[in-house]
Amino acid sequence: MADTMAPQMAQAAPGAHPGATKRDFLKLTTAAFAAVGVAGIAWPFVASMSPSRDVLALASTEVDIRPIATGQAITVMWRGKPVFVRNRTAEEVQEARAVPLSELKDPATDQSRVQRDSWLVMVGVCTHLGCVPLGQKPTDAKGDFNGWFCPCHGSHYDTSGRIRRGPAPSNLAIPDYAFTNDTTIRIG
Amino acid sequence: MAIGLHDSQVSNPVLRWIDQRLPVVTMMQKEYGTFPTPRNFNYFWNFGALALINLVIMIATGIFLAMNYQPHTAHAFDSVERIMRDVNFGWLIRYVHMNGASMFFIVVYIHIYRGMYYGSYKKPRELLWMLGVVIFLLMMATAFMGYVLPWGQMSFWGATVITNLFSAFPIVGPEIVTWLWGGFSVDNPTLNRFFALHYLLPFVIFGVVFLHVAALHITGSNNPLGIEPKGPQDTLPFHPYYTIKDSVGIVAYFALFALLVFFMPNYLGHPDNYIPANPLVTPAHIVPEWYFLPFYAILRAVPDKLGGVLLMFGSILVWFVLPWLDTSKVRSMRFRPVARIFFFLFIVSFFVLMWAGGKPAEQPYVIISQLATAYYFLWFLVLLPVLGKLEKPLPLPESIAAAVLGTKAVLGGGPIPQAVAAKPMEKA
Amino acid sequence: MRVLKALALAASVFVATPALAAGEAPAAPNAGFSFNALLGTFDRGAQQRGFQVYKEVCSACHGMRLMSYRNLLDIGLSESEARAIAASFQVTDGPNDEGAMFERPARLSDRFRSPFPNDQAARAGNNGALPPDLSVITKARHDGANYVRALLIGYRDPPPGVTVMDGMHYNEYFPGHQIAMPNVLNDGQVTYADGTNATVDQMARDVTTFLAWAAEPETERRRQMGVKILVFLAILGGLAYATKRKVWADVKH
Repeated sequence: MADTMAPQMAQAAPGAHPGATKRDFLKLTTAAFAAVGVAGIAWPFVASMSPSRDVLALASTEVDIRPIATGQAITVMWRGKPVFVRNRTAEEVQEARAVPLSELKDPATDQSRVQRDSWLVMVGVCTHLGCVPLGQKPTDAKGDFNGWFCPCHGSHYDTSGRIRRGPAPSNLAIPDYAFTNDTTIRIG
Repeated sequence: MAIGLHDSQVSNPVLRWIDQRLPVVTMMQKEYGTFPTPRNFNYFWNFGALALINLVIMIATGIFLAMNYQPHTAHAFDSVERIMRDVNFGWLIRYVHMNGASMFFIVVYIHIYRGMYYGSYKKPRELLWMLGVVIFLLMMATAFMGYVLPWGQMSFWGATVITNLFSAFPIVGPEIVTWLWGGFSVDNPTLNRFFALHYLLPFVIFGVVFLHVAALHITGSNNPLGIEPKGPQDTLPFHPYYTIKDSVGIVAYFALFALLVFFMPNYLGHPDNYIPANPLVTPAHIVPEWYFLPFYAILRAVPDKLGGVLLMFGSILVWFVLPWLDTSKVRSMRFRPVARIFFFLFIVSFFVLMWAGGKPAEQPYVIISQLATAYYFLWFLVLLPVLGKLEKPLPLPESIAAAVLGTKAVLGGGPIPQAVAAKPMEKA
Repeated sequence: MRVLKALALAASVFVATPALAAGEAPAAPNAGFSFNALLGTFDRGAQQRGFQVYKEVCSACHGMRLMSYRNLLDIGLSESEARAIAASFQVTDGPNDEGAMFERPARLSDRFRSPFPNDQAARAGNNGALPPDLSVITKARHDGANYVRALLIGYRDPPPGVTVMDGMHYNEYFPGHQIAMPNVLNDGQVTYADGTNATVDQMARDVTTFLAWAAEPETERRRQMGVKILVFLAILGGLAYATKRKVWADVKH
């Protein structure tokens, strides 16, 4: 709107007028300040939609891993998403480590994806479009690579949670986590 | 120029393309650029623009509050406190919304009393004025329902008392109240519907504001002299003269607003509303928010339930017929030396009512409320109609330009009037 | 000028309205709290001592359900200190895999543990009186901070002729003077880690500071931002007014 008004203002302040330059400078400065003010007003609204402090405070979850026997897995909730915690058998670990990197769509060694050999901790969200893959329960379909299988669009993950076949572009994500002691994992 | 396209004068090609198809630029230029505006506005004429800005602020903050608010009796209070504590800038957005309601009423009261003092409601602006009264009624409804949402003690008991007003009507009264509540007391269904309506009504207000402004741009603005502009020498283009003058007022308004929000955010509120609603305990001293106090005082001034309710609604509904109650030929109180005195007494009665409404319902406050109420209605129903007939107004100036430039000034002289070559007003 | 006068008059009336009668109790004396000043801040030491008083004395009966242990970081406790304090409380979580609720040590993200599971239990445990939640107590009382402090030091022997009902206590600053809460503060009630002498007056001031902060934790940020915004508006106002003068310079009005 200001632009379209400019010719109008020029008429009201003929160029020959001695005060014209000073007036234009004043107008520009005032307009610039006002623009800064409007931008400043917008920021709190935008920021208010980011995660609030109570949401951020829930960003870590502690998991007691004592009940998970070898070969079993549990699913815990972290930031509203499932996290798979799997106590892998020696065969599963071996299977994962035997795969040459050249066969992988998203090359990563199994060692780089775990902190302790048997414990695989990863976000249970398919990297394709966000479904939760099957494979946690003993009765679930585990896909062609004995790991996880996403029923939405047919992505197959291996025992290290790496993408082996299907539309997903990358391996299941590893969250930030740490063993606070031998029986507890803190995720986030 | 293709047939069917608007004949746009805009030079920028993109804006021109749009303007030819949807002449918003031309419309803005006509209504806010060259719009001929009386040259003698004082700062009281800022308050319409301020009210519009305030409405936009309330809608913006309200939408963002609604993203975090939970309209359930078990969660409402805590969800508001969560906004204050955990949501990024939530305290700011909530305090702006909360104090914005007070600012809105300050601005609108000044806007209304400016209109009353300068006779802005008189012919041909009757409908413009009545639309304004509709806006005010909608504002009251919106503010009342908004105050219920935090679900504090004052929210709950305010809602209870005000909805019970409708029980004063014979026969159907109790049925209406039950219907309003959606239950047998103010409870979760009430809170839910109040939230829905509190979200809806501001947009209705926005629509009526649009009509209010549209009506204003047909008749043109009134001015402190209350005489119509007679030609281009009496007016200035809205831009830049009144855009910049409004801007000065807007900054001052923001400064007062900031003072409230940042340094005394709870000053105009009541501490009891930080106590969660308790249907079993009524606070010792319940009062509405300050902007309702005058009407609350009128309600309490009458010892009869139905009479009090009718008088309270009547105190605002009488504004609708104000254009016909005022029989004076002269608009502005500047030229009505007698009526002006009684007008200021009327303002005083309004503030007395506001003060008395915040006091307990006991003597001497009741008798004071009764006297102020009597004068409030006396002004509208007796003094205004009678004074218009009896009073001899001061002589009106020949024109706005004559009054502003002095009678000896030569019209059309100097460099300004050329620069200000606005089109004559259609109705002038 | 007339405009300004009218506005000033209007403003003075608004100022007068909300100052409502405080009931039968005498007005609380002004304790001169730093945070009650227009640009005031909280005394960090007093906040931390006040939390200690709350934790060791008040929290036996009064909850603060809107506060979380993570909020303690904001009064200057380190994360490990706050974690340790949280872990010293057991909160209910669950249901677990067997479907049962269980107790676990609190974490930073947990709300302060309330002393009673619900209002009925609180009444049952307190002779029928409900100890109010203290999360926003200073916002929920007129002149809140001064009132809370005055109440804590306001226990007296009832004046002659006044009978205090069974289970009630005489307090000079409580509306009606009869309060169910007994006097809980005695000199040396808590042992302050920073060596401050724990007099009744000191503890009352400290816990009030803590409660005032808990009610309005945004206070300091709010005031800082307010100063910046007012400075900005002063400059913008000056610019706008100068521009207005220039624009109107050659128009008589």
